[in-house]
This record gives sequence, C-alpha cells and structure tokens, in this order.
Amino acid sequence: MAVTLDDVRHIAALARLGLSDDRARSLVAELNTILQHMDVLSKVDTSGIEAVEGIGAAGLPLRPDEGPPIPLARERETFAPSMRDGFFLVPRLSTHEDPEAAS
Amino acid sequence: MSAPTAAAATATFEMVVGLEVHVQLKTTTKIFCRCSTDFGAPPNANTCPVCLALPGALPVLNAHAVDLAIRAALALGCRVQSTSVFARKNYFYPDLPKGYQISQFDRPLALDGLLRIGTRPDGSPINTRITRVHMEEDAGKSVHDRFAGVTAVDLNRAGVPLIEIVSEPDLRGAREADAYLRTLKQILEFIDVSDVSMEKGSLRVDANISARRMGETVLGTKTEVKNMNSFSGVTRALEVEFDRQCRVLEAGGRIEQQTMLWDADAGEVRPARSKEGSHDYRYFPDPDLPPLIIPLERIDRLKRELPELPAARRERFRAEYPALAPYDIEVLTAGPGIGAYFEHVARASGDPKTAANWIMGDVLASLKATDQSIEHFSVRPADLAELLDLVRDGVVSLTAAKQVFALMVKTGDRPSQIAEREQLLKVTDDSALVAWVDEVLAEHPDEARRFIGGERRLQGVLVGHVMKKSKGSADPKRVNQLLGARIGT
Amino acid sequence: MTPNDRAAIGALSAAELRDRVAAGDVSPRSAAEASLDRASEIGAWRDGLNILLYENRDDARRQAEDVARRRERGDAGSLAGVPVILKDNIATTSLPTSCGSRILEGYVSPYDATVAQRLRAAGAVIVAKSNMDEFAMGSSTENSAFGPAKNPLAPARVPGGSSGGSAASVAAGLVRIALGSETGGSVRQPAAFCGVVGVKPTYGRVSRYGLVAFASSLDQVGVFGRSVDDAALGLHTIAGLDPLDSTSAAEPVPMYRDAARGSLTGVVIGRPKEYFPDDLDPRIRDKCDASLAVLESLGAEVREVTLPHTHLAIEVYYIVAPAEASSNLARFDGVRYGLRLEGDGLRGMYEATRSSGFGPEVTRRILLGTYVLSAGYYDAYYRKAQQVRALIARDFADVFKSGVHLLFTPTTPTPAFELGAKSDPYEMYLSDIFTCTANLAGVPAMSLPIGRVDGLPVGGQFIANHFDERQMFAAAYALERQLGAGAHA
Repeated sequence: MAVTLDDVRHIAALARLGLSDDRARSLVAELNTILQHMDVLSKVDTSGIEAVEGIGAAGLPLRPDEGPPIPLARERETFAPSMRDGFFLVPRLSTHEDPEAAS
Repeated sequence: MSAPTAAAATATFEMVVGLEVHVQLKTTTKIFCRCSTDFGAPPNANTCPVCLALPGALPVLNAHAVDLAIRAALALGCRVQSTSVFARKNYFYPDLPKGYQISQFDRPLALDGLLRIGTRPDGSPINTRITRVHMEEDAGKSVHDRFAGVTAVDLNRAGVPLIEIVSEPDLRGAREADAYLRTLKQILEFIDVSDVSMEKGSLRVDANISARRMGETVLGTKTEVKNMNSFSGVTRALEVEFDRQCRVLEAGGRIEQQTMLWDADAGEVRPARSKEGSHDYRYFPDPDLPPLIIPLERIDRLKRELPELPAARRERFRAEYPALAPYDIEVLTAGPGIGAYFEHVARASGDPKTAANWIMGDVLASLKATDQSIEHFSVRPADLAELLDLVRDGVVSLTAAKQVFALMVKTGDRPSQIAEREQLLKVTDDSALVAWVDEVLAEHPDEARRFIGGERRLQGVLVGHVMKKSKGSADPKRVNQLLGARIGT
Repeated sequence: MTPNDRAAIGALSAAELRDRVAAGDVSPRSAAEASLDRASEIGAWRDGLNILLYENRDDARRQAEDVARRRERGDAGSLAGVPVILKDNIATTSLPTSCGSRILEGYVSPYDATVAQRLRAAGAVIVAKSNMDEFAMGSSTENSAFGPAKNPLAPARVPGGSSGGSAASVAAGLVRIALGSETGGSVRQPAAFCGVVGVKPTYGRVSRYGLVAFASSLDQVGVFGRSVDDAALGLHTIAGLDPLDSTSAAEPVPMYRDAARGSLTGVVIGRPKEYFPDDLDPRIRDKCDASLAVLESLGAEVREVTLPHTHLAIEVYYIVAPAEASSNLARFDGVRYGLRLEGDGLRGMYEATRSSGFGPEVTRRILLGTYVLSAGYYDAYYRKAQQVRALIARDFADVFKSGVHLLFTPTTPTPAFELGAKSDPYEMYLSDIFTCTANLAGVPAMSLPIGRVDGLPVGGQFIANHFDERQMFAAAYALERQLGAGAHA
C-alpha cells in the first residue's frame, strides 16, 4: 500500500505535527520505503492466532478505592507553561468546536 | 432551524432514537489514580502525575469502580463479560491530558441488556435493548469564558470513573426517550452507583436520532444530538431535530450524518463545526492495562448483593401489601430510601395502609419543608410506628398526633415523650372534658345558645373549639357525646 | 581526594564499594565526587564525549550525607554510597528529565520513578542523567536533540543507542552501575558497542512507573554493569512488583548474585541458526563460537536450535513500537508542561510545539505509528503485527519447552559504527535485528563483552525464559570468569 502526500498531510494533522511542504514530501518517500519492508507480514499465515495481550493469567490488578493521592514534589506552577488561579491556560477555543471532530 | 410546526410532515414519519448515557460512578477516588473525586475543590487541586499525564505515569484500576460498573450492568440485565479490554481512544483536546481517553472498544464490560420502560395498552411491555455497558475515564473541564482570549483547563474531573450505557435504536418518539431516561435513572439510584444528576453532570445524554416513514423497516440516516442538560432538554431537542429531519426528507433531501448541538436558550439544534472527514480515534488495546478478568464468583456475588430493583419492589409490594393502592405503590417505590422506610414502619406498626398515608402525606411534606433526605430523616421509622400505635390505641387523637409528629420532626424525640411533655395525651377523663366544654360554651355564648336551642349543625364547630382549647388532646368522641347531651338543656 | 584515591574507588566493584562504605572506610561523598570528577576529567559533557547531560553536585552531596547518616544508624542499604547514573528518560525530582528532546528541555519531574526511589532507598547516590536518542528512538544516540554522544573507547564512533550515554558512563569508569531502558535492544546494543554488561529484564520484572513511555508493551528499565556482578546487584535492587505499574509482575525476586556460584553442568544452551546467518561478520561468529566452546568446557551442552520467525522481527517491531509511541507521545502538547510555542490558536500551538519540539526520527515514527493505527490500516498493519509477534513469542516458548535452558547469540551484527555512517533510517533499524526479538517476546536477555574486533568491543547475548534471569546470570558469571581479560581482547 503506497502512502501519498495527502495521506501524510492527513496523518500529520491527526498527530498535530505541523509539517512544512518540503518535509511532508520527503516523508512520503521515507514512509513508503519503510512500509514496503512491512509487506512481508501480509504473507504470514496468522489464522487462529490471538494478538499478543498483557502479561499474567490473573489479568489486570485492582487497587482499593482509597487515597492518599500520589504527591507532587513541587507545585504545578513550576512546570506549567501557563497557569492562572490554578487553571492551565491555552489559546481560546472557538465555541461549538466539537473536540472529537477536530481530528 | 425553526420551532416545531404543524403535524403535517412529522405525522407520516416515525422518530427512531438510541441513547448513549454517561454516568459518573460514586467512588472515593478516580478510576486510574488515587486522587479524590470530591466536587468543588479548587481547580487542579485533585491531580497527580497520573491524571496530569506527566511523562512516565501509569494507570492502576480502581476495584470499586469495577464493582459499581458490574452492579449497573447486572441491574440492566446485561451479560457481564469475564474478560474485557481497555482501549485507547486517541484525539487531541486540552482537557484530555494524555491525548487519549482510556475507554473500552470492541471488548466492553457487558453486553445485551434490557430495560422495560413502560407498558402498552394491551399489557405488553415496552422494552429497550441495551447494546453494551463499558467503563471509561472522564475528561477534565474546559472553561471558555473565565479569562479573556484563553481557555482555562481544570483537570479535577479528568479520571473520574464513568460507565457508558448504549441503547439500541429501539425508542420511538420523545416520550419513550424520556421514559427510558427516567427508568434508567431510577434503577441507578436504587443500586446506589451514582448521583445520576444531569444538573450536577453525573448523568449525561447523547442522542442518536433518525426519521423514517411509518411502516418502513430500514433505519434512516442518523444524526447525533449533544449538549442537553436536562430530561426536558432531551425531549425538546429530539422534537426539534426530528422536525428538521422530517422537513428535509419530505422535501426529497437526504439527511447528512453529523453532530448537532442543542442550544436550550434558542430552542435550536445547530451543526457542530467540524472538519471534513469522520473521526479517526485509532482505537487499540491499552498496553498499560492487561485484560480485566472478572471471576464468575465475583459476578455471582455482586448479583446476589444487588439491591431490590424498582420493578421487583413494585411487584413485591403489590403482593405483600394488598391494602395499598397502585398510586401508593408508585410513590413508595419512587426512590430506594422511601420503600425501606415504609416497610420498617409498616412492619413495626402492623398497619401498612396507615403507614403509607402518613409517609405519602406528612413525611414527604416534612422532608421537602426541611430539605432532608429520607435516609437521614430526623424521624426514625420505629418512632413513626410508635406514633401510629399511640393513635390506634387511643392514647392520642389523630389531631394531636399531627402536632406530635411536627415536634418529632423538629426534635427527633420519641412520640410518647413528646405527647406527655406537651400534654397531648388523649384526655378521656370526663371532669376535664366537661370543664373544657363549659369553658367553650361560656366563651361562645351566641353559638352555645343556638346549639343548645337545637341547631345541631353547630356541634362540629363547638367540638373544634374544644379540641383547640385542649390542644388536640381531648377525646373527640367523648366531647361529641358530652356536647350532644347539652342540647335542650 | 588524590587521583590515587579516585583510581582506588574506581577499581572497586559496586558490591565492594558498598561494603567499604558500610564499614566506614570510604565516605559516600568521596565516591560521588570521584565519579563526577572523573566525568569532568574525561570530558563526559557537551563539549567532549557528550555522554552526560545533567548533574547536580549539591544534590549528590546531600544524598551522600544522607547515606552517611544512615550508615551510622546501621541502616546503610544494599547499594550504600554507590554512585549511579540514570538515562535521561527516567523521572527524577533532583535532575531534569528531558528524554534527549527539546520538547522536554528544562523539565524537572515533580515525582521520582520507582526505580529511582528504590536506588535511593538502597543508599545509591544518583549523580547524573545521561544522553540518549530522543524518546529512546534510535540505535546510536545520534538522535539526541542535545548532540550525539561518542563512544569513549573510540570517539569517532557511536556508543550505540538509545541508552548510549549510560553504557558509555560505565565504560568510561564513571560509575559501576547505570540504568538505561530497552524497547528493541537499547541497553544490550550499546553495552555491546561499549564493552560493558547490559541486562534487559523480563517484561514486567522492573517497574515502568517513571520511565517515560516509548512503546509500553516493550519498554523495560535495563541495567548496565561494569561486571556481571555489578549488573546483578543493580537489577536485584530495582526489580519487583510495583503497585503503581499494572504491568509489573508479582514474581518474587531471587538473589541474582547467588548465581555466581552456579554450575553449568547439565545446562543446555541453544545456538539459534537465524542469529548466525551466512553473511554474519565471521570475526563476530568466531568470538561467539569461542564463547560457546568455553561454556561447553564448563559443562554446558550446546545445541543447534531454530527460531523460525526471527526474520519478521524487525518488521513487527517497527509497526508495534511506533504505533504505541504515536499514542504515548500525544501528551506532549504544550498544555501542562514542557515546551510551548505559539501558533494560530490552539491547533497552531499544538503544531508549532510538536513540530519544533520533536526531532526528525521521532516525527517519522509518530507518523508511521499513526498511519498503522489509522482507519483502514489497523487490521493490515497493527493487528497483523501483533499476531506475528505471538508467533515470535511462541518460537521462544517452543525452544524453552524442548529442554533448552538458555540461548546464546551475537548481540549485534557489527561492532560500533562511525558517527554519521547510517543515514538511511531502515539501515539503522537493522542494528536491532538480534535484540528486538527478546523485547517482542518479553523474555530476559543480557549482553556481555566476549572479545574485540578491530579493537572494538563485541558482545555475546544470553536469552532466557520468562523470569529466569538467574539462569542467564549463572552462565554470564561463568563465561566472564573464564574469559577473564580475554573479554576485552
């Protein structure tokens, strides 16, 4: 399966990676080269094989519903790029921007 | 989009609805970390490396969230899967710290439930199939209007446990949608897994709605409607969107599959501003969380421990308390606490009907007036039962009992204590009664003269005066006899 | 401290140093300072070999003083006073954690990784963070945003990657024990290139809490040691169940150093033919076969075996790892920590931040990963790769079930290559060809020096069954002892 420039632009948008046109173009070739190598997998007979799942027969360990919360050694303000009154600030979203549709 | 119009278009079409309901589970800590789920903390106070998505942090699942989720799934008649898998739903949003939401995708916690939402005229049940119930984490909150030009993000809510309950598109019309929501809410209250308040945000509804001509069996193209904040908002939004879809179809157009947002103030639905192309969440099993394996014994135990559900309780009350009217049963099973309260009083006093009347009347009125919940009501059921006994045994009159009850609500004291203290014990001693009768006749000479002269219809008024003077403690029967005897004297 | 003192400390194994500190002969402070002084001396920093990124002398001093106080109380710890270096992707509160990336430049974690806590609890002194390929994506440490690291044994060559800085720190005699991380060979390969011991534990053996995630189902913290004993002591200190990591295993941690006394009689060692292809550098093949001969002379039986799906490992790895990485790196969005650059609105901020913050290899892998998870490609790529992965894991299971206890292979197809030699990404990916199978199967593996080719170190690799690190150490101890100085000749 060959990747096109549109594909690269589309997945870059999904991944929120701003790519210059030049970079996008070079990535088309790079990704296609890599993906070509992957074609060998399509020829492997995997009928009836379960995809690898997590370790342990007991499955997911559970924890009791209690604190205390994991403490932070320093205030959020020390590592946050922009905070005010305890909120993280980001550039304003337009109203009615459906988060899930912005993908 | 305009307001609902004449029935012309909508009458030939049928509204088909499926609902996706998100319910916050009432755990102490978040689903994947030990932060508190407490409401009202300062912004970002309830956060830690995990729910802040700091580099290197990892999720660890809350056992109680699983139990509550299983409880809900069982109460909705679902089959709980012994193995289910958490998956990542990948998208970017400022209140989604990891850039993905941990949810469940193709192997959810539970499948294939059923909710009976009503009864048809012919007695057959109206059922809604529940496709699935799955667990996921809530996102944080983005506030757009607090500071100018920026969006403020509070992650206190990020990581609060949710279950998502998805119904098949079995609902026909807004009324059924409303019935589904009310039934669902009541059940979830009964099993105590959530506060289920749309106002508080612990219950959220997204609707999928399509229209098709009556008699059609194929489903029309659906739109998704979001942003409803109340049950009435849901029904209004559905009606408005249905109307829009009908008019499009009637005019020969096609429905575009899209997300619509309800604007309660304007009474309109509006398409959400979206980019071309559909959502691509790139779901894959979360490698940080091995599959959730739920042993059969755990499911069985939770099934056994399931509180009595509303429908079952209604049935049982019908059978065990034949003196109750259907309306009584409706009221007494509206919430889990009131039924338990009723049964306690009914058994202790031996008189279910009287217990029901007191509860439906005086108790509910007091709860409302004093803003208490029945679980923490100042009048203990045993004490109310005692009051009923006092009335039945003639120790206090019914009128006095009402006063005693009012004082019980205020003080929490036992009825016998109050009655003695307030001198509300029924007075049957003739000398006291005669004295009161004499006083009343003296205080109301005109009425007294006319009554004694033969105007029997004034007896009630005079009895009333005596009752008032005695603060309700006079035995009304005896007072009537004594007064009656004065006629013609 | 005199150069002699420093040399004396430097010659001690970690266990010996620990014993001297516990006895009061060496102060933790001198040991820590010796380490950092030597780092300056050999030019470990930016303008020299560039194998180290961050130090904090004040904090090192404080840690050392703390250990000294504990020693006086008789509570010194199993690594008392031993200086250690951590890869830049392991969270520490006292030193930055930047993962070799601009997007985390200057970020200081507000919590410590579990492995860092366990080292501290054992009395170790964390003296520096080492250079690495950005977000652990690379096999040469040339992908660091802070400049490439150089191999201390041959500064025109790479130290390997992605844990190149930690491997080089041990090779250069700065510390006896360093931590790195493995996803596809990032500890074993640099260990081989630098002539030191490198251990990848069983998946789940060591907590990942605080290890910045690259590919969650493959990542493990790994240990570098100057000698097998150093690595065994290091691994024993950090291994074990962590309730903060849902993928960490409850298996008890044996005393790995006890394996030093093990005998190899009756141990069956498999020589998998797929790791000795016809085009393998014959000098490397000879070194491996010489080691196998040594093992035979010690009582082991060597058997030809096959791991038939080995040829698919790179393809599987380069689908699964980037896929998980694309999701794990979504949290780097400029909202809560790390780099933030302005752009056109929120979307612009995301894109400006991530395009400037991530280097070309990371960008390439995020795109590849996003692609193989995207709608329409998930089944053909990601799901298929995970199925083939199961076949690779089964190869190992079958071999270990057939009576083989251990496998022995070359660690890498070549010794350390020159800086800039591999410009084609896929060519670089092939460096992982002998190592990534163990990550895919989750089995433990370790590399130790077995000789030199053109004066450059060559590594031999043991691979054991799940949680059978002890078997691996037993063979490694024995081989190391027998080879003696020949390991570096």
